[in-house]
Amino acid sequence: MSVTNRKRLFKLFLTLIVLALGVTMALPLAWMVSASLKPEADIFVSPIKWIPETLITTNYRDVWNSIIPFDMFYMNTIKVTVISTIGCVIISLLSAYAFARIDFTGKNVIFLLYIATLMFPNTMLLVPRLVIYRFLGIYNTHLALILPGWISTFGTFLLRQYFSSLPGELFEAGRIDGASEFTLFLRIAVPLITAGITAFTVLTFVWSWNDYENPLMFLTNRPLFTIPLGIMEFKGEKNSGIGFIMAGSVLALIPIFTVFVAAQRYFVEGVSTTGIKG
Amino acid sequence: MSQQQAAAVQQQPGTIPHRTAKQRKRRMNLIGWCFLLPSFIGFVLFRFLPIIASFLLSFTKWNLVSGFSGIEFVGLSNFTDLVTDDTFLVSLKNTFLYVIGSVPAIIVIAIVLAVIVNNKIYLKSLSRLMIYMPYIFSMVTVSMVWLSLYSPNYGPINNFLRRLGIENPPGWVTSSKSSLAALVIIGVWSMVGYYMVIFMAGLQNIPASYYEAAEIDGAGSIYQFFKITLPMLSPTTFYVMITCIINSFQVFTAVKIMTEGGPGTSSMVTVYYVYNLAVKYNKIGYACAVSMVLFVLVFLITIFQFKMQKKWVYQE
Repeated sequence: MSVTNRKRLFKLFLTLIVLALGVTMALPLAWMVSASLKPEADIFVSPIKWIPETLITTNYRDVWNSIIPFDMFYMNTIKVTVISTIGCVIISLLSAYAFARIDFTGKNVIFLLYIATLMFPNTMLLVPRLVIYRFLGIYNTHLALILPGWISTFGTFLLRQYFSSLPGELFEAGRIDGASEFTLFLRIAVPLITAGITAFTVLTFVWSWNDYENPLMFLTNRPLFTIPLGIMEFKGEKNSGIGFIMAGSVLALIPIFTVFVAAQRYFVEGVSTTGIKG
Repeated sequence: MSQQQAAAVQQQPGTIPHRTAKQRKRRMNLIGWCFLLPSFIGFVLFRFLPIIASFLLSFTKWNLVSGFSGIEFVGLSNFTDLVTDDTFLVSLKNTFLYVIGSVPAIIVIAIVLAVIVNNKIYLKSLSRLMIYMPYIFSMVTVSMVWLSLYSPNYGPINNFLRRLGIENPPGWVTSSKSSLAALVIIGVWSMVGYYMVIFMAGLQNIPASYYEAAEIDGAGSIYQFFKITLPMLSPTTFYVMITCIINSFQVFTAVKIMTEGGPGTSSMVTVYYVYNLAVKYNKIGYACAVSMVLFVLVFLITIFQFKMQKKWVYQE
């Protein structure tokens, strides 16, 4: 056997191992989809029949018709996620631009302050936030998710890296031509970092959609619930079988899965950039 | 309005506006702050103030029902209570076990996968997609699925183990012996793809010439991995270690949904304990004190890692 052939065979061997691992990691999700399409009695049959013998879709119909207002949770999640994400991207862009391209008094001190609080884990802020939201009067409203969602120190850092990587001459030239700083920001800087903006938007969207801790802490009013909180009701539903719960889970995951497949490249780009320190 | 018009008249196209350096500086300050302001207000309200509040409240005894007037300053008593609080001590132990169980596994698997997926296989992006996918799904849904998978009597995992000939498969989340391990498995499963992507980005930064040189010298791939890849990747490893440890210390959602800290206190972790203190028992001051202790621990570990950095992280 020639050397190239042996190399190819080795490559094929590694591919198979990685694929086997990938499939194993996807199994829990495959099981979820499979279980959602089966009659209750077939779900825990051993060995697992991955492709249902009797395929049913009644679980999905039941989810939609159940007393659990899934459509309402959906609408709430869409509302909160879209408004949070748009606001977060705009505000992070503005602050990132200020840190990257404008010289102003106090910049370094505030930047250090931003970095310092990054060390403070989010979950440990939940309790004091509870107090502050009550004080601000946004406790138990969607604003308790949206307004804090607009602030992302992570986004400020990420986008600052992109802005900093642009050549300074662009901005010098613009300033000499008398362009306002906002024009420079909107017409020159932002269009040049669209890849970074898309990456950050996709990440923020997914995090916001999946957020569980904040709704759990700050929402008590059921009509306000988002999917991660609402889906918990499936677990408590007395007469619900596993197939029913799994159908609800599949429905909850579909939007995120769609976004992920469509924007996989940006997703990977966003995560990759976080690992590069700037 | 008139000022602007005046400026427009003064300003010939293509010339620099006649402003003194001081005026320009003041203008830039104003503009800079305008750009920063929305973010800064939110930062103060939703990050900075909560941190300060958490710190101050940790010296008080307070429940939300009694209103702001009911805040009672108790000095260090919250912290002295902690020392004898068994649930707290168990939660710390469990949190550390969780971190020790998950972080090394995540890092080792992520590095190995990153190296293999990065250049040595076919179907690169499909593999990456499959390994990465668990990360994008909400921990809530993921936990509900795993709860069924882990089901001790008829769940698919134990069914599979029985078919392999294991007579007494673990009770997973229903047994105090295995509940923490069950959580570690989910943690590793959901995070490994995320860190793999970060490592893959790190691998891109290693010059190919290093490997070519090693190849000419006849170094094997194992040798190359240990002598080139690992040292050159160390800045990324360092970053991943810091974030992964901080994240693992915050494990909460899976605990809340799958075990609620049980059976007994076998999977009680500190963040879940904080949640219980605040929401169930309405002990805000004490909850903040527990948060502060956890924060200080995480902080010290991070500082320690920065100190150790010189010993193993490759510097250019």
